[in-house]
Amino acid sequence: MTAAAPTADRLLARVRELLAAHPPATTGRAAFLSARFDAGLAWVHYPEGLGGLGAPRSLQAVVDAELEAAGAPDNDPRRIGIGLGMAAPTILAYGTEEQKRRFLRPLWLGEEVWCQLFSEPGAGSDLAALGTRAVRDGEDDGDWVVDGQKVWTSSAHTARWAILIARTDPALPKHQGITYFLCDMTAPGVEVRPLRQITGEAEFNEVFLTGVRIPDAHRLGEVGQGWAVARTTLMNERVSIGGMRIPREGGMIAPVAAAWRERPELRTPDLHQRLLELWVEAEVARLTGERLRQQLAQGQPGPEGSGMKLTFARLNQEISGLEVELLGEEGLLYEDWTLRRPEIVDFTGRDAGYRYLRAKGNSIEGGTSEILLNIVAERVLGLPAEPRDDKDLAWKDLAR
Amino acid sequence: MSSPAAAPLDLLYSETEEELRTAVRSLLAARCDSAAVLARIEGAEPHDPELWRVLAAGIGAAGLLVPEKLGGQGAGHREAAVVLEELGRAAAPAPYLTSSVLATEILLGCESAESADLLRELAAGRRICVPALPLTLAPGAPLPAPVRDSGAGSLSGSVGSVADAVCADVLLVLADTGLYAVPADAAGVSRTPLVALDLTRPLATVHLDGAAGTRLADPATARAAIAGALLSGAGLLASEQLGIAEWCLTETVAYLRTRHQFNRPLGSFQAIKHRLARLWLDVASARAAARAAADALATGAADAPLTVAVAQAYCSGVAVRAAEECVQLHGGIGMTWEHPAHLYLKRAKADSLALGTAGHHRGLVADFAELAAP
Ligand SMILES: Cc1cc2nc3c(=O)[nH]c(=O)nc-3n(C[C@H](O)[C@H](O)[C@H](O)COP(=O)(O)OP(=O)(O)OC[C@H]3O[C@@H](n4cnc5c(N)ncnc54)[C@H](O)[C@@H]3O)c2cc1C
Repeated sequence: MTAAAPTADRLLARVRELLAAHPPATTGRAAFLSARFDAGLAWVHYPEGLGGLGAPRSLQAVVDAELEAAGAPDNDPRRIGIGLGMAAPTILAYGTEEQKRRFLRPLWLGEEVWCQLFSEPGAGSDLAALGTRAVRDGEDDGDWVVDGQKVWTSSAHTARWAILIARTDPALPKHQGITYFLCDMTAPGVEVRPLRQITGEAEFNEVFLTGVRIPDAHRLGEVGQGWAVARTTLMNERVSIGGMRIPREGGMIAPVAAAWRERPELRTPDLHQRLLELWVEAEVARLTGERLRQQLAQGQPGPEGSGMKLTFARLNQEISGLEVELLGEEGLLYEDWTLRRPEIVDFTGRDAGYRYLRAKGNSIEGGTSEILLNIVAERVLGLPAEPRDDKDLAWKDLAR
Repeated sequence: MSSPAAAPLDLLYSETEEELRTAVRSLLAARCDSAAVLARIEGAEPHDPELWRVLAAGIGAAGLLVPEKLGGQGAGHREAAVVLEELGRAAAPAPYLTSSVLATEILLGCESAESADLLRELAAGRRICVPALPLTLAPGAPLPAPVRDSGAGSLSGSVGSVADAVCADVLLVLADTGLYAVPADAAGVSRTPLVALDLTRPLATVHLDGAAGTRLADPATARAAIAGALLSGAGLLASEQLGIAEWCLTETVAYLRTRHQFNRPLGSFQAIKHRLARLWLDVASARAAARAAADALATGAADAPLTVAVAQAYCSGVAVRAAEECVQLHGGIGMTWEHPAHLYLKRAKADSLALGTAGHHRGLVADFAELAAP
């Protein structure tokens, strides 16, 4: 952090300097992004030298808006979402100086895509139950050797690096024996197999780890402290959704409203009632997101953040379901079942059938709606946790 | 989409608004707890004149929408919305929506010397004035057939379901020859109390039989003024509905944290936790919707009618759902007369009919957003 946090005015002046020195019209994409990082305008709340200026996080929106207005290229956050939203803040919080310098810049520039090796066949919602093992080869700073299987890994096929959690001590209770690593996806023993999903494409994968060697320098945080590190990742995964600004009638409701206006022959009174109800709910969700943004800008983060993902998941599913029905005969069709391996995770693209099917994942990925409701009930409303008996048992003695 | 673009809205509460909230809340805590409300609605007079005196004149809440040059606070809809949130949270029987919002907005729309005089009285809390219109009258709906003027301002006719008429000093009467201010105790005026679902907002039928009043506006001005008042009223009612929903959620959470069955707090059962978490989400969304409506009205935003319709279409349902969950999750206690949950259920349900149902407002959304009916 710098001594005096830059103000909005100072940031804007810096953005203008950047634009003057590197006019987007004549500067190549990579060169512009590099210059932006070096100017501390990549993520303004990061420290100087790491793409930031130690400014309040809320001021990023000011910078982004100004750059967008000037037609500056962005780093395609949809392609590098896991790196930007999850790996970067975790590395910033727990990384050594060397790790931060090595990983943050190429991550932000989009040169290196990241994936998240957390979920396993036996550990999804109960993530801390994971069984992938990391065993040290030799003494204190020896390499780690990792064996296990991960699943539902989005973008593993395009990723250069992964955030990985693995069990380093099975004799401890499940939350205590976990360690966090940065895993090289090109290392020998990493095998990525496409996992076809209900949309027909393979956006996520199974990842098999067989004798994968990870140098100790790529451990993030202390041995056995992986759960605390993972919680930073998970928290960032959830907040990265609420802050987005969308226009009125943006998102999933847009194509339905457009179809309604353009194709009067599809209209029925029943569909009209349901469309209006969802239109209102989408507008209220937009306003709730806007209110959250305003709270954050004033430095008073409200609990509303925990709820936005729940709302978006439900609305996306209901709206896309209505859209398929509205289309009548056309709703019976699907654009293309070819097994594709998309480079980006696309929630809204393609046709109505795709949207309907892809939206089903919105209430599963990044914490299921059931788990998020538990979190709201316990952390926001202060309701008591359910009784549980797995907290103090050694991981190796848990029922599986 | 060719409907008006969304204006940047201020959806937070300012410091002054929070101070106002504190003042209103402590007054209501002192004079209007649920035991007091129950006692009053069982007696002859649900309204508490002393409470009104302090709220209206002491705190100055009655004049929030009235410009300073007419003796008001020159504040606006955002502040009035905060007052309504607190009145909703207390299920307070106070004629705020009717006198300080609806009647005040109608009078502001009249722009006559007579209406200015009346506004001064209202803003100072010296008189209560309510529109002689049914509470269900909605923005965008046709106005009811006016009272007949048989010549020289002699008014005859009757209007049902007039909220707070029983405590009004002045009735605003829409006649075929314009808008009239009729003293509630004038010759030819009678008010027949009705047995209302919502005990905290009493209803009456107003009969006029050759009653005389002061003419405030011609028919066209009167109709435009009423239309504007209904829009504001509907927008601010969303804040009352938010207050109701918040009370219901807070009370229910508090109860379920301490109530034990099966050797556990009931609030530790996931079926209950998920219901409350969903309700919390709805309330958080209702707050954004209600604030948006208040701010759009305050700034006279071009898309205020759409924002108001969205808020009403959403907040009505949330208040009812919150009150219904409150009754259900309190179990047997929730069904008793003693427990205040029923006051909120009745207010929430009546509010969902007041100033247009959610369905009516969705119809307005269809118009504004150009999503035409089949
Ligand atoms: C499209 C997509 C992309 C994904 N990408 C990644 C990725 O890149 N990296 C990664 O590590 N993971 C990824 N995931 C995995 C995701 O995080 C998990 O699927 C999720 O956490 C749920 O785990 P599970 O699938 O094992 O379901 P389970 O935990 O087996 O849950 C099954 C059902 O039981 C419910 N349930 C579970 N526990 C409780 C409880 N305590 N109370 C009530 N209900 C409960 C769940 O809500 C769910 O409905 C992705 C998933 C999807 C769908």
